[in-house]
Amino acid sequence: MKVTIDNITLEVDPGTTIMQAARMIGPEVAPPAMCYYEPLKGSGGKCRACLVKVTAGSEKDPRPMPKLVPACITAVQDGMIVENTVNEDVLETRKGIVEFLLLNHPLDCPVCDQAGECHLQDFSFEHGVSSTRTVEERNTFEPTDLGPNIQLNMNRCILCYRCVYTADQITDGRVHGVMHRGDHAEISTYIEKAIDNDFSGNVIDVCPVGALTDKTYRFKSRVWFSKPVDAHCECEKCSGKATIWYKGEEVIRVTGRKNMWGEVTDFICNGCRFDKKKTADWVIEGPTNVSRHSVISANKYGANLIKPAFPVLQAARDYKQINDDRDRSFLGIQPALPKSKKK
Amino acid sequence: MKILTEHIDVPNIDTIDVFMKHGGYSAVQKAIKKMTPDEVTEEVKKSGLRGRGGAGFPVGMKWSFLAKPEGVPRYLVCNADESEPGTFKDHYLMWKSPHTLIEGMIVSSFALGANTSYIYVRGELMYVINILEKAIQEAYDKGLLGKNILGSGYDLDLFVQPGGGAYICGEETALLESLEGKRGNPRNKPPFPAVKGLWQCPTVVNNVESIAATSWIVNNGGDAYAAIGVGRSTGTKLISASGHIKKPGVYEIPLGITVEDFIYSDEWCGGIRDGHKLKAVVAGGSSVPILPAELILTTAAGEKRLMTYESLSDGGFATGTMLGSGGFVVMDETACIVHNTLTFAKFYHHESCGQCSPCREGTGWMDKVLHRIEHGQGRKEDIDLLVDVAKKIEGNTICPLGDAASWPVAAAIRHFRDEFEWHIEHPELATKPGAVFMRKGASWTK
Repeated sequence: MKVTIDNITLEVDPGTTIMQAARMIGPEVAPPAMCYYEPLKGSGGKCRACLVKVTAGSEKDPRPMPKLVPACITAVQDGMIVENTVNEDVLETRKGIVEFLLLNHPLDCPVCDQAGECHLQDFSFEHGVSSTRTVEERNTFEPTDLGPNIQLNMNRCILCYRCVYTADQITDGRVHGVMHRGDHAEISTYIEKAIDNDFSGNVIDVCPVGALTDKTYRFKSRVWFSKPVDAHCECEKCSGKATIWYKGEEVIRVTGRKNMWGEVTDFICNGCRFDKKKTADWVIEGPTNVSRHSVISANKYGANLIKPAFPVLQAARDYKQINDDRDRSFLGIQPALPKSKKK
Repeated sequence: MKILTEHIDVPNIDTIDVFMKHGGYSAVQKAIKKMTPDEVTEEVKKSGLRGRGGAGFPVGMKWSFLAKPEGVPRYLVCNADESEPGTFKDHYLMWKSPHTLIEGMIVSSFALGANTSYIYVRGELMYVINILEKAIQEAYDKGLLGKNILGSGYDLDLFVQPGGGAYICGEETALLESLEGKRGNPRNKPPFPAVKGLWQCPTVVNNVESIAATSWIVNNGGDAYAAIGVGRSTGTKLISASGHIKKPGVYEIPLGITVEDFIYSDEWCGGIRDGHKLKAVVAGGSSVPILPAELILTTAAGEKRLMTYESLSDGGFATGTMLGSGGFVVMDETACIVHNTLTFAKFYHHESCGQCSPCREGTGWMDKVLHRIEHGQGRKEDIDLLVDVAKKIEGNTICPLGDAASWPVAAAIRHFRDEFEWHIEHPELATKPGAVFMRKGASWTK
């Protein structure tokens, strides 16, 4: 099947979603994903961050789709034409989604363990605006205790449901879920039961924000001061493939291994995650290949400077308005981008 | 012309004997004994009956989309989770004449080949649920439900399921989730219920009024039904009239009467209460755009507006509205539009399921901003902010609740912007008890 995304055409298998097709092209074209998580069945469609414009439904029926569609759950049709980063409507809507997600978010990044590897930070940096339009008080929640390993901060949650799908699909019994509805909906266990399960720690990895964090890593270090290394171990329960995070000589954290989209494909057990905190427990494979635009890569593995992605280019374009040539020349950015297609 | 409410005032019409004496269940006899399922569907298609739950999608067409794979059960689900502020017609019909719905359920299930059907009733209506349960038992006792109905070999079991008290469960896929015993979150579409619905089987979800109308269509033919009404708005419609009128209540109208007639004629609403003037109307339940007096009586082109799907939506959202579910809320000059909009916004804030971000956060935001304006804390930029938030919710959500939340806010500002501005500029006047904005020169200003 032929599909065109942002003027780039490629062949994909039937059943591929727009998101998967866009990811085949590369990060410049792939829509952002806050709730979609490819290894988890049924995830996606909730955050609306990946809304794209379909300007032609298919070869047979080339009419445009009336509404923006979520790329993560919309299957491509033969001859479909999709506009993501070249459509003003899409970018404008995405600004709105950032605004909605941050509306009740505490913005406590300075004290949040997720800062530096937070998808909401990336998303708002790439697609949000720098000012706020709200004067309303933010919703807050009473703290809930989920047991000895997992720290829940509900105020930061964006209700992506990833942790719910994780518990459903890779642990033997889900004890937590979403309670209540609307903007007072919250992640909780039934009457504050502890989440106790060999694979429960994976909810930390799938959480796009700092709502679920590792209690054994709490306030130990900023993400970008620690150094990730791929390692594996002999484990009866899981694949044993993990990323271990050093601060100096000390292993301060163990996580699943994330791919370029921030997704873990080999989930690890709690034994590997919480208990194996010595180098001797692991066979080191080498430095982790840290994904694009990450602060983690800074100052660690040489001058591995990343070419600015489209959103950065766009931010630079917006930046032009205050006419600071120095910053633009530093990034090596052309003064004007090709005009995006108006609808 | 009355179809659904013809015998509604007959004493004891809720018992099966009285109901049958007045011609009840003749459609079941006719459909099951003399017609094939396809013939029933054909008559419904011919009738032009459109979904009465709000969207107005043709019922016959919805039925023909139902996938019919071999060996997979099909379901009919009746959506009786009527919770829209301003709409109370299904409640009235089920309470007064439960057998009208049950007869329609049998006929429709037969047409679709469903052997199990459900009526999902709003949980707050517990006494209606009891009435339906009793009526269903009577139908079982007469052999109209159960195995081998009337000796035809067709089996049908009918269940009543009380909802848990959520407006969102009136959205068809959230209703199915709830019916399966899960949290009532709307599903992503596609797949549509006609392909994968209840228990992942093909399912049709119809409103109470739509289903109830099918038995009359079977009895009298689709053409007779299509003869009532105007153009593509055929048949009769139950309208829940409320607000500042002399005679609030549920009225069955032939589609095509003028809005003016409906408001002022003694047959229907009986006019605005004495000494007051019409200011605005919400014509189809809380989610449809509000219209000021001059636009509800006549269209922007100067024609008389009719009670039809087409005429009410004439002019798009700029100058028109929607028939929706028929919740007709009339306001006179004592009604404060800002307060009314806040009430609606509060409702949608409370009822959003919280699954997708624009609706979860946006409804709460609009509620809070409107609350400030109403209570004298508005800022100049708040009006444009509301318009922009509404625009960013609309069309970007999983289910239509996002649209339903954004339309009333956007429309109130579109038509009554000066009233919002007055609230912001004169908080000391606007927050006085009973104070209402009077637009200079408007037809409703005293």
